[in-house]
Amino acid sequence: MLDSHVHSDRIAEILEAHRGLEGPLLPILHAIQEAFGHVPDSAVPQIAAALTLSKAEVHGVISFYHDFRAAPAGRHVLKLCRAEACQTMGADAVAERIKKALGIDWHETTADGRVTLEPVFCLGLCACGPAAMVDGRLVGRCDESVLAEVAK
Amino acid sequence: MKIYVPLDSAAVALGADKLAETIVAEGAARGVAVQIVRNGSRGMVWLEPLVEVATEAGRVGFGPMTVADVPGLFGDLGSHPKALGLVEDLPWMKGQTRLTFARVGVIDPLSLEDYRAHGGLVGLDRAKGMTKAQIVAEVTDSGLRGRGGAGFPTGIKWKTVSEAAGDQKYIVCNADEGDSATFADRMLMEGDPFTLIEGMAIAGLACGSTKGYVYIRSEYPVAIRVMDAAVKIARDAKVLGPAFDMEIRVGAGAYVCGEETSLLNSLEGKRGVVRAKPPLPALQGFMGRPTVVNNVISLASVPVIMAKGAAYYKDFGLGRSRGTIPLQIAGNVKHGGLYEVAFGLTLGQIVNEIGGGTASGRPVKAVQVGGPLGAWFPPSLFDTPFGYEEFGAKDGLIGHAGLTIADDSIDMLQMARFAMEFCAIESCGKCTPCRIGAVRGVETLDRLAAGDASAIPLITDLCNTMKSGSLCALGGFTPYPVMSAITHFPDDFARAKEAAE
Repeated sequence: MLDSHVHSDRIAEILEAHRGLEGPLLPILHAIQEAFGHVPDSAVPQIAAALTLSKAEVHGVISFYHDFRAAPAGRHVLKLCRAEACQTMGADAVAERIKKALGIDWHETTADGRVTLEPVFCLGLCACGPAAMVDGRLVGRCDESVLAEVAK
Repeated sequence: MKIYVPLDSAAVALGADKLAETIVAEGAARGVAVQIVRNGSRGMVWLEPLVEVATEAGRVGFGPMTVADVPGLFGDLGSHPKALGLVEDLPWMKGQTRLTFARVGVIDPLSLEDYRAHGGLVGLDRAKGMTKAQIVAEVTDSGLRGRGGAGFPTGIKWKTVSEAAGDQKYIVCNADEGDSATFADRMLMEGDPFTLIEGMAIAGLACGSTKGYVYIRSEYPVAIRVMDAAVKIARDAKVLGPAFDMEIRVGAGAYVCGEETSLLNSLEGKRGVVRAKPPLPALQGFMGRPTVVNNVISLASVPVIMAKGAAYYKDFGLGRSRGTIPLQIAGNVKHGGLYEVAFGLTLGQIVNEIGGGTASGRPVKAVQVGGPLGAWFPPSLFDTPFGYEEFGAKDGLIGHAGLTIADDSIDMLQMARFAMEFCAIESCGKCTPCRIGAVRGVETLDRLAAGDASAIPLITDLCNTMKSGSLCALGGFTPYPVMSAITHFPDDFARAKEAAE
């Protein structure tokens, strides 16, 4: 319960910091995810009350966007671009080898909680593909060697 | 010693941050005072990280640089193994007409002094002495059309908002550049953010709007950081203020939010679902108020138009495609990057002469023009001139001017399937042809792949339904890559049939 109190206080701070914005929900959700690594279910009623929305409306927004997670990710998040320009440079084959090495599929986390693997559709690195993002860091001409960065 | 190391995402993805650190450390070890400027990218991605050293003769380039090449920068520059000569004299730079991207790669993106010294704010100053109608007329006369893909005349959109009744109007910049093969918006925001700010401020004057938003996709962390910093600098310098101010907002990974009405819903904090038109966003946009929604490059082209005049800009181009277009040459290409040039080059010139063919050295098989919703062009159509109408006439589109080049190892049936799969993943779900059609499209193409030729008329019919029945370009244009693949590369679809037999 202590955790949820801590959550609730921090969420209240975030809600307060976004008062007065036009259309504040996405900035609020980004801030909550930044703070907790995910958007906890317990945040939904609190956000809804603050913005005079229904819980269903808030849930609907959270679930619409690929970025927001309901549960924490692994210690590392590896995003591999699946879009056309990267495909022409062999992104599919790289992704298959990485999936095999990690033993997981898209949107899954390794059993030891080390890596979450996610597809991304374009990082704007289309002239130096395949592109990847490791814990927010951009990687061009990506191959399996990127796995070294998520080894620990 | 003044050394330029790009902060551009592509340079960073290829090691620019580490390089900058190494250069500073090497300078310190040698007792040489080094000033590092983190500039934008010159657009030659195959040479990134491209480091430039300021010399009396001009800026000398070195690339692609590795950490091992750093000590050489402190010796005889001419004999450095990665020396490229004066950057301005490289063929890639000399062949371009850089109007919108004139300062990108040249200046320190976060120095307002640099920006002014290179012609920045001249357009805004001129606009301040003009009436709303005069600014709108200038933009209309320039022939500028929406660079996001739709190609709608920017001046006409502004006129509608300018003349609309409303206490509060908005200027919204669509920086949700989600199309594969496009990175012009990103490069502009990272390399010359004040140009976008100036363009939006001019739009504010023209339309009587005091508030702007830039909606940047979350996949662009560097652009978000640079734009955030630039807005604060512009505010401190009173370029932004009570007359016109703006906020940076961040998307959340939904491709469909690049569609203007779904972007507005997202900005309002709703699901990024497409709105039916009418009402037009120009009359009922953000918060139901009159709103200009323009792409980054459209807005960033306005300062040069205002500074040099509509006629100057309009003089470039062909037919009804006026001015310049930043081509983004990507995929399996030898010389990939951003190349700003007047409309009118042929596709073949772009792919073979500027791009230099494929990176793999194999023959070019297909080029997708305009992102995931654009058609695949075979080499037999390489004589098509780059323009809105010219590509339309060949059942394609130029979109945001991204080109994905593919060699002969690509399987066009798989690319058609991917187009449908992508549409299914990213559909907002509002209209049936897109929501259901994309899923059925994947299934139908799988039937084709299994050798069922009767699926061809079915997929053709489905594409027609999606094209004419979808609310927005996601469902409406997904048929372009699918049908162009079937039309121009029938062998890839027949092979599947043979395999089954």
